[in-house]
Amino acid sequence: MNDFLIILRDNWTLLLVGQYPNGPLGGLAITLVLSFLGLILAFPLGVLLALARVSPIRWLRAPATAVVYVVRGVPLIMFIFWVYFFLPALIGRTVSGFTTMVVTLVIYQAAYLAEVVRAGIEGLPHGQTEASRALGLSHMQTTFKVVLPQALYNMVPAMVSQFVSTIKETSLGYVISVNELTFAANQVNNTLLTQPFQVFIILAGIYFLLCFSLTQLARHLEKRIASKRAGLNGTRSRAAAPATPMVQAIE
Amino acid sequence: MEKTSAAASGQKMIVFNAVNKWYGPHFQALTDINAQVSKGEVIVVCGPSGSGKSTLIRTVNRLEEIQGGKIQFDGQDIHSPKIDLNRFRSHVGFVFQSFNLFPHLSVVENLMLAPTSVLGKSKAQARQRATELLDRVGLAAKADSYPGQLSGGQQQRVAIARALAMDPPAMLFDEPTSALDPEMVGEVLQVMKSLAREGMTMMCVTHEMNFAREVADKVWFMDAGRLVEVDTPENFFSRPQSPRAQKFLSDLRAH
Repeated sequence: MNDFLIILRDNWTLLLVGQYPNGPLGGLAITLVLSFLGLILAFPLGVLLALARVSPIRWLRAPATAVVYVVRGVPLIMFIFWVYFFLPALIGRTVSGFTTMVVTLVIYQAAYLAEVVRAGIEGLPHGQTEASRALGLSHMQTTFKVVLPQALYNMVPAMVSQFVSTIKETSLGYVISVNELTFAANQVNNTLLTQPFQVFIILAGIYFLLCFSLTQLARHLEKRIASKRAGLNGTRSRAAAPATPMVQAIE
Repeated sequence: MEKTSAAASGQKMIVFNAVNKWYGPHFQALTDINAQVSKGEVIVVCGPSGSGKSTLIRTVNRLEEIQGGKIQFDGQDIHSPKIDLNRFRSHVGFVFQSFNLFPHLSVVENLMLAPTSVLGKSKAQARQRATELLDRVGLAAKADSYPGQLSGGQQQRVAIARALAMDPPAMLFDEPTSALDPEMVGEVLQVMKSLAREGMTMMCVTHEMNFAREVADKVWFMDAGRLVEVDTPENFFSRPQSPRAQKFLSDLRAH
């Protein structure tokens, strides 16, 4: 137990913020920055992809479906390599590991978020769209004023779960030397040389604490949404149904 | 029962002309429907389940497409590809069996959504009209509640007010009381009756035969996708012509 405390005492700044302020920001801070950027930039893209996926227009639906299937059918690390090698060739200048990782995560997360949002849209009772169209609202107005506000709200827990996966996925940045938490832990391990067990337990513990608390948050949100719906009438039960299995499916 | 004079004037609001509809290649949902609804008239559409009543009423604002024939609403051929569908629909009030209020909007916002987004009314105008309509259906106090906090009967009254907020010349009701607990049916029928008495053109699919007796100008009886009988409620209930209508009515009385 003492070993753990000593390692933490000697290396906590490295694990938390990397070399900062004497060098670049790293460690847990970069892990969080990557995760946030990944999710926030992926969100609008994911919503657009989802809208294209449920669009009645075929030439919007087909390519969006293809993108989602391809991205979801390829391991993330493959994507990291693609972006790492092809992006510089494509734009003709070098790209930092951090940027590579952000670009990769955005593409990857957008495809997964698209499916979450699509589930949210398709989980709404059909009567919602019908009522809106019957009042004379256009397809677009119905999407933005009736469908999305409900679908996104219902999918908040699933999106928090998606964020949890993103956090874990940032650890793959290690392979292209992104200065994130796993990278920092490995630096610590390289310095100490003799205590890999302790170092990597600490690493696992940090990821676990972060992800576990977010999962709890998702659970809490899910309960709140469920109880808010329970106060509503039975007519909404179809909308309530997908919330629970969604979160599990993503974890 | 006293009737408004508009019905007598005979101006046509809705005209069904040889309307045919199929679901897939084999199932014909509507067969050769020929009928008309005059301005100010109240039509009750009844018939056994699966007879095409809901399908028929849903073709009037193109929630269902038709494959043959023509439907005219206020002189417009509404299944023509040239029609501005959203604009047209904003002129037809539609009330669903399952209310379909927007649960993320408050009651008053439910009433304001379409007038502001489709008719381009200002928020203030829309809110004022919404308040009047809520008052009219007896729910002014619930303006800032959310649909989930209302009973079924209250939700359906809000849904009627939401449709009325577009000032439609005609209202369609698709089994508006079928999803309600029995004690709430009355409050919804009350609102519908008052609309009928004010001369609103209405087509109602309903199983409430007392409502039909009290306010309908005509009863349309449907069976197996056909419009079998069109008659005044007095005649229809006392002297149904077709064997199918006779059976339908005797089945109703058996309950």
